[in-house]
Amino acid sequence: MSTLTERAPLASPPPPEPIPAEPNYLNNSFSIWSWLLTVDHKRIGILYLVSITVFFVVGGIAAGLVRLSLVVNDSSIVTEDTYNRLFTAHGVVMLFFFLIPAVPAVFGNFLIPMMIGAKDLAFPKLNLASWYVFMIGAIMAVWAVLAGGIDTGWTLYPPYSSRSSTSNVIPGVMGAFISGFSSIMTGLNIMVTIHKMRAPGMTWGRLPLFVWAMYATSLIQLLATPVVAITLFLLMVERAWGVGIFDPALGGDPLLFQHLFWFYSHPAVYIMIVPGMGVISEVLPCFARKNIFGYRAIAWSSMGIAVVGFLLWAHHMFVAGISFYSALLFSLLSMLVAVPSAIKVFNWTATLYRGSITFQAPMLFSLGFVVLFTIGGLTGLFLATTGTDIHLHDTYFVVAHFHFVMVGGMVLGYFAALHFWWPKMTGRLYSDWWSRIAATIIIVGFFFTFIPQFVMGYHGHPRRYPNYPAEFQIYHVMSTAGASILGIGYLIPAIYLTLSLFNGQKAGANPWAATGLEWSTPSPPSVHNFDTTPVVVCGPYEYAIGVDQMGRGLPEGPGEGGPLGIASHEGHPSPPGPMIKETEVVG
Amino acid sequence: MSASTHHSVLKHHFDNLEQQHAAERLGMWMFLATEVLFFGGLFGGYTVYRMWYSEAFAVASSHLNQTIATINTLLLITSSLTMTLAIRSARFGDKGGLYRNLLLTAGLGTAFMVMKGFEYAEDFHEHYVPGVLFQRAHDSAAEAVAGLSRLEAEDFFKKNPQHPEWARELVLANHGKSLGDPGYVNADHVQLFLCFYYIMTGIHGIHIIVGIGCILWLVLETYRGMIPPANYSTVEVVSLYWHLVDAIWLFLMPLLYLAGAGLVH
Repeated sequence: MSTLTERAPLASPPPPEPIPAEPNYLNNSFSIWSWLLTVDHKRIGILYLVSITVFFVVGGIAAGLVRLSLVVNDSSIVTEDTYNRLFTAHGVVMLFFFLIPAVPAVFGNFLIPMMIGAKDLAFPKLNLASWYVFMIGAIMAVWAVLAGGIDTGWTLYPPYSSRSSTSNVIPGVMGAFISGFSSIMTGLNIMVTIHKMRAPGMTWGRLPLFVWAMYATSLIQLLATPVVAITLFLLMVERAWGVGIFDPALGGDPLLFQHLFWFYSHPAVYIMIVPGMGVISEVLPCFARKNIFGYRAIAWSSMGIAVVGFLLWAHHMFVAGISFYSALLFSLLSMLVAVPSAIKVFNWTATLYRGSITFQAPMLFSLGFVVLFTIGGLTGLFLATTGTDIHLHDTYFVVAHFHFVMVGGMVLGYFAALHFWWPKMTGRLYSDWWSRIAATIIIVGFFFTFIPQFVMGYHGHPRRYPNYPAEFQIYHVMSTAGASILGIGYLIPAIYLTLSLFNGQKAGANPWAATGLEWSTPSPPSVHNFDTTPVVVCGPYEYAIGVDQMGRGLPEGPGEGGPLGIASHEGHPSPPGPMIKETEVVG
Repeated sequence: MSASTHHSVLKHHFDNLEQQHAAERLGMWMFLATEVLFFGGLFGGYTVYRMWYSEAFAVASSHLNQTIATINTLLLITSSLTMTLAIRSARFGDKGGLYRNLLLTAGLGTAFMVMKGFEYAEDFHEHYVPGVLFQRAHDSAAEAVAGLSRLEAEDFFKKNPQHPEWARELVLANHGKSLGDPGYVNADHVQLFLCFYYIMTGIHGIHIIVGIGCILWLVLETYRGMIPPANYSTVEVVSLYWHLVDAIWLFLMPLLYLAGAGLVH
């Protein structure tokens, strides 16, 4: 395979494209059963993509209704009780059925075997089973939040959830419990695949950083999810049989539930964010045309987050009555996890330094990620400090912090991945102009939505209250206005991505001139990914041979030509030496 | 190992059998790690309450059937031996031995579950089950002797054996005492122990049933010729699971049944 052919400018007389004639994973069969019984990791990734898009819409509508009802401070739009059910629906659906599977189950599934040069994940049937388990759990929980709803908040604290609440707690919890096993299956599959299925020459030091991030994520999925599974099981038993495992009136300890719950649910936020970080580490070097800065530091910081992330769950409980000394320890450990996160941000910034940056949609989303995640991460330090946390705990400050990391970080990371690998997954290019517009609208709308919430929270506005003093209304109106912009921003990709399936330009194998084994396959890839097992001879980010990671040497020209600003060497008569990227794959 | 043998058991996405076996083994070890954490949540919760309510837990534990638990422990340990022998048979291509050892293991596992079933039936019969049954049995015993002196109460229980043994002893132990007095056994805490007893042994039992299913699947695979010596690793992978389930029982047995072994009735 020659990378030079793929990077040829589109303006030149097009060589007859063999791609449409070739069978690929999408066109080799069309029956419904060929999708529902598939064991192909790429098709399962698409199944997940479709499913979580539906859940994203459900959770998004709930969020929209919450914001709508907060425009007024007297619950005249929805009742207080409905309001409780709406924010619970938003939390449960978005966390368990969108954010957790978003990147691991869609892009992890689709890309990990292709990135490491394997034909499939290690356990294809387990992979399919994970989708079915996920769907059973998700449908049960979504039914629970739509048919009547749950009013406990997604944290499900007993004894309210076990004794007092009259809503659909058990089906909702059962749904989360079941879908947890799907998360374990995916994590296990990905970890074994990374360990045992790497192509010859694909050493640990040559793994793409997305693979490292997924490895760290899978470790958390594997070790944290079973703990919440048993915790939710105990909660269901307590509620169904009226026993008192967590009920203080019967000798139980509600703090035990909180410990067990956060032992999973804090690492779970790293299940959500670390894959996003992996995506950013792929996108930034490609659109800066530079080798990644600090490969090892980024790889190990993913592992660092995974390990330290297990040791700081109780910072959610500073005001719940834990001892002073444990609060002190958990506070210190919480600040410690900021270190690997900061290492990543510094390395990304250094990657951009002296790069030849182009601003296609994946890059815009990624830059948005870096900025918003940094704000989210730094405000997290306010909450990790026990003194300030007493003031800020359970206020909108927490809400804004969390959404900066989860929406500003992870959802943008998800959109970056979707836009970066969409041509690979579907074989089609989407509208460049509309995608840039959408990225801009989403980032602007996001700022408008959540910056006012920082202010509200700082002034002491508690979260989850449907009513509030009149002086807060201006912030709520601003936030709701921002949410409307954000909603429009989410609608636009749904339109142009769908349209691209029908009339999008053929993408070719490597529209971004990116490195990495997945780009050496045709778009869409064939059923077995690689005709022959590839042999890897160099690292994953050799964007500029002869240029060091500080950008000294001979940088490549910025991408200009092509409808998507596709990197081409037209008009850059530079010496061929550094420009010809060595073929990554031979054989 | 002939080429045809390899062809039939090698899955399409692996390069060779070594890779396939290594992936299967690693996958099972990772699954066992999740199992340890799954039960770890239960062991953690048990530990907290055992430390807080050690007396109530000892009393509650002493009413369980230690004889059945001991027999069950022996059954499971023996089944671990036969499971390991099954790996050996598979490795040496001894098909008869493989059938025998697998079926023996499944049989021992089934015997465990049957014994467990009898034990549960006995507990249910005595209303030694957390929730409404426990509450009613306890309250009716307590009400029956409410106004009596201790001796009269003992006498009453001797004449009216319809109250289950545990309820009689619990009521007598608390007779004339109130919450906070030394020696008072809080019935809520006894129920808490029972919650953990039923959930831990119940989930363990489900694991045993799944294990029996896997072993019977191995018998079927042997019959279909899918476990030639080159592919003995499949048996090993199932055995890893089976040993973990055994090992969990070795922790459950002392925690649940021996916590109150020092108490004499």
